[in-house]
Amino acid sequence: MTKRDSIRSNFSLPELTYRVWKVWRRNFDVFMKTYKVNFFPPMLEPIFYLLGFGLGLGAFVSQNIPGGSLIKFIAPGLVSMSIMYSAFFECTYGSFVRMYYQKTFDAIIATPISMEEVIAGELLWGATRSLISSSIVLCVVAAFGLISSPLVLLIPFVAFCGGLMFSGIAMCFTSLAPNIDFFNYPAFLFITPMLLLGGTFFPLPQAAQLPATVFLPLTNVVLLNRGLMFGNLDTSLLINIAWIIPVTIVFFILSINAMKKKLIK
Amino acid sequence: MAIDTLIEARGLTKKYDDFLAVDNIDFEIYRGECCGFLGPNGAGKTTTIKMIHCVLPPASGSLTVVGLSVSEKAREIKKMTGVAPQEDNLDPDFSVITNLSVYARYFDIPKNAAIKRAEELLRFAQLEEKRDVVISQLSTGMKRRLILARALINEPQILLLDEPTTGLDPQGRHLIWDKIRTLKKQGVTIILTTHYMDEAAALCDRLLIMDNGKIIEEGTPAELVKKHIGEEVLEVDFDEDEMKLLKDKFPLARLEVVSDRIHVFTNEPHGAFESYIRDFPRKGAIVRTANLEDVFLKLTGRKLRE
Repeated sequence: MTKRDSIRSNFSLPELTYRVWKVWRRNFDVFMKTYKVNFFPPMLEPIFYLLGFGLGLGAFVSQNIPGGSLIKFIAPGLVSMSIMYSAFFECTYGSFVRMYYQKTFDAIIATPISMEEVIAGELLWGATRSLISSSIVLCVVAAFGLISSPLVLLIPFVAFCGGLMFSGIAMCFTSLAPNIDFFNYPAFLFITPMLLLGGTFFPLPQAAQLPATVFLPLTNVVLLNRGLMFGNLDTSLLINIAWIIPVTIVFFILSINAMKKKLIK
Repeated sequence: MAIDTLIEARGLTKKYDDFLAVDNIDFEIYRGECCGFLGPNGAGKTTTIKMIHCVLPPASGSLTVVGLSVSEKAREIKKMTGVAPQEDNLDPDFSVITNLSVYARYFDIPKNAAIKRAEELLRFAQLEEKRDVVISQLSTGMKRRLILARALINEPQILLLDEPTTGLDPQGRHLIWDKIRTLKKQGVTIILTTHYMDEAAALCDRLLIMDNGKIIEEGTPAELVKKHIGEEVLEVDFDEDEMKLLKDKFPLARLEVVSDRIHVFTNEPHGAFESYIRDFPRKGAIVRTANLEDVFLKLTGRKLRE
């Protein structure tokens, strides 16, 4: 295989059937078995953030913040954070454990389900986790009275699509991971800085806005969610949508091919 | 293709980077037989099994299952095949019964039929009492039986068993053997790999012996023993004089010294060693029936393969 063929094979379209949902369903069944652990902590975490950053730190912030207060400003950030975290951790640590320690992928591909379908099912499950967690956070934020537009009902769509994007990115890291500790690199050097510097907790200065939008997936998700939560529809949101959709598609395809290459020698 | 050939390999090869795991092999598996792949670690047995059930693509050569090519018709082949892998890949997130019902879902078996089938298989594998237990609480033997039960969920016509009894106690092994014999009577074609020669002799109609990625010998267990070893083996404690004496007495025999014992292999008919022992009584001398282990060690050598 020439180098060019090898690069092209990373982008070949996977053959997927309805069986993808059987993989998704397996993960969903496991999730529902331990639903208390899965629903309760994601509900409490945003409360601590809202209290600590929003009310606590917010009381010292005197500058003019878009939205009127820090607590209101970070609310869509927390929703976006849960979208990123759920998908990222599900498709790195979660998928790695199923692949490497539990050999679940091996068991599934001995049935009529293909490896491509297993990975696609994992990605869709990661997106579903994002949808579930961010919906919980959205309810908490609503209970704090921080929502001011019915457009918020569109956020679950952003959550699923954004979740699928982070799942694809995460799965690419999984395809590169020689062992589970490897995920310290993306978690500490990619996810955490993006969360802290991507416009989640403070408004980005003018000069940082363009590079953040171009390079950081989270920034695009945050801007979209903030617009929907406060009903500030702006044409710039179209740029965020136009960014998220192709990136999601590319990483979906790329990660499936990369995992297939890793697992089927 | 003959009517009863179920699986056919021609020039089948598998390469990992520079390592030839399976090197240009030809073989057939016939409908309804139990065929054993024997060979030291790294001989290529598991790789061959994985190519048959379409999870590893062959590098070259052809491999067909019921006339379908493994590279083109993977789904169809996997639908009619059951696999019990070497390592435990049961789903630790589920109970025993859910392991079976979730696995049934992968085969598109409707829910009610799946539960019914799963209950039958639990009875078959003698795991009814463990129905709702989580996997971590099962013993090794129970896990092996559950893996066998899971491999049967789609009522396969071909069953691939990769070291089905490794690590089991004698009771556990005999129970699995019993199940394998029952399945064979039901007409399931069985392919198994094993390191236990007694297992191969007890279960297999035909054996393929592999070493370094090649098939070096094939035949029924009895044929192989007769061809390579003969009927009986004489074992005597080692000393130089004894060695000389044996060489004089059995000039055509193959003598091998293993941990201070001389093993004498010859084609002489039954009874030749008896009279030798009677004429020259020796401490520790025994005459035993030749077995597959003798064949295996003769063909693959005594060197460790790790």
